[in-house]
Amino acid sequence: MEFFLQLLVNGVCIGLLYGISAMGFVMIFKASSVLNFAHGELLALGAFFFLSLVTWGKIPVAAAFLLTLIGCFVLGVLIEKFFLRPLIGEKLIFVIMLTVGLAAMFKGLILLVWGGNLHTYPEFLPASLEFHLGSIYIAPVYSATLVISVVFLVLFGLFFKKSSQGIFMRSVADNQKAALSLGVHVRRVFALSWAIAAMVACMSGIVLGIINGVNVHDLSAIGLKVFPVVILGGLDSIGGAIIGGIIIGLLETFTGGYLSPSLRDVVPYIVLVFILMVKPYGLFGLVEIERV
Amino acid sequence: MGEILLQLNNISVVYSDVIQVLKGVSLSVANGHIVSLLGSNGAGKTTTLKAISGLLKPENGEVTDGSIIFNGVNIQNQAPEFITRQGIIQVLEGRQPFKYLTIEENLRVGTATRPGKPYKEDLEMVYSYFPALVKRKKALAGYCSGGELQMLVIGRALMAHPQLLMLDEPSLGLAPLVVQEIFRIIRKINEEHGTTIVLVEQNAHMALQVAHYGYVMENGKIVMEGTARELADNPDVKEFYLGMAASGIAKSYKDVKSYRRRKRWL
Repeated sequence: MEFFLQLLVNGVCIGLLYGISAMGFVMIFKASSVLNFAHGELLALGAFFFLSLVTWGKIPVAAAFLLTLIGCFVLGVLIEKFFLRPLIGEKLIFVIMLTVGLAAMFKGLILLVWGGNLHTYPEFLPASLEFHLGSIYIAPVYSATLVISVVFLVLFGLFFKKSSQGIFMRSVADNQKAALSLGVHVRRVFALSWAIAAMVACMSGIVLGIINGVNVHDLSAIGLKVFPVVILGGLDSIGGAIIGGIIIGLLETFTGGYLSPSLRDVVPYIVLVFILMVKPYGLFGLVEIERV
Repeated sequence: MGEILLQLNNISVVYSDVIQVLKGVSLSVANGHIVSLLGSNGAGKTTTLKAISGLLKPENGEVTDGSIIFNGVNIQNQAPEFITRQGIIQVLEGRQPFKYLTIEENLRVGTATRPGKPYKEDLEMVYSYFPALVKRKKALAGYCSGGELQMLVIGRALMAHPQLLMLDEPSLGLAPLVVQEIFRIIRKINEEHGTTIVLVEQNAHMALQVAHYGYVMENGKIVMEGTARELADNPDVKEFYLGMAASGIAKSYKDVKSYRRRKRWL
């Protein structure tokens, strides 16, 4: 029972992180119908930025974290401006192939600069972050994950529900032509969705780097986990991405804990296949509102 | 006619580099007027509006000739972000709400041309024109009725404080009573705000009742223009758009059709 609860807590924490990272992916898809295959590499890039700032730059951890987020936000804007904007109006498949190219480019870049070895961050999470709930032990990194995830979730919820810019972004996802007719700056919305997506991807890259160590191959493979997450949750549902993330996170930790650690990367995909057989649009995929 | 707000000089519009839809359209809209654009399906009314609002580009269309001048600024082939900020807002045909946003969020998108500015008073203003929207403001637009949606999209455009409001077929698919209500409000907006309005309509009868001036289009050209009174009294308009024969009796569709084949507007 203790073991079960322990896995449950870890699974939820990891799952929230997957969910938030998938949220970035969903945002790009909702705004511009582009599937971003470079998501895993963005995640890795964030982890390596942070690594450089902390170990080479000797910058305090909190500042390095913020700098990485800002850096990735800017990177997202630049990616949109230089790579995606020229392709606006082209067939979607070209744009998606472009993101495959971007993925290869980023991976090469990381290998060039940091090499393919496993790096680790210095210990920096204070021991005061660890919790003992009865017999369950929550490691500092998991409680930190939980806090960061909840903060991001609340911030995004407020952003999309309350702020004008958030509402404009949702309007573009909903009906691009109508948004254009009202003067919504659609290209700016695309840029912003890439910026936010890159930022959350980098954030999850850092946290996953703390848990698993920083290695370009591992991190970009984890990044690919957005696919089961978003397909499970429904490609166009931000809430679904979070729930999908938690489900995948739980599946992984339970498989790792009860069956075998080597199966943990496989089982989520198997479950995914079964869920898709029952609900082809994912659990929370948008059912088109159709008035008859 | 008062001071000219919008002037189209001999514009041509081509889609996908080959399909010419407008063949030299010239029209002018006086400040503070309601100008109605009539014509059958495919005459080029919607294309004319999109040429003005800059929405041709996403559909692969382009103004290839002529000029469009709004308030002294040349706006042909400009981006919609620029044109909307000059004060021109087009309400698209077929209502086009943001289905997954609530009514109030839909209205807030109308403030996109002036982000960050206060909008509470504008919400009140829209709700005073369309009281029916108040009790639905938390509802998703996708679940609202056609009449509510038409009010919503007009209200959404008003949120932008347009100097020129272009309405594309606001009566489409609505019950006669709702249509009357919408037209009453259109006139009220024009009178109270001094908003200039371009009205594209199939319902020529209603359109000529509220408009000051009108143009008739056919096959991408303007074939007739005049004050609303003149147009309503014109025998051809009466026959084709108001469904009345010269004697004042409605003709059968068959008669009108064979007649049309012989006599075009020019």
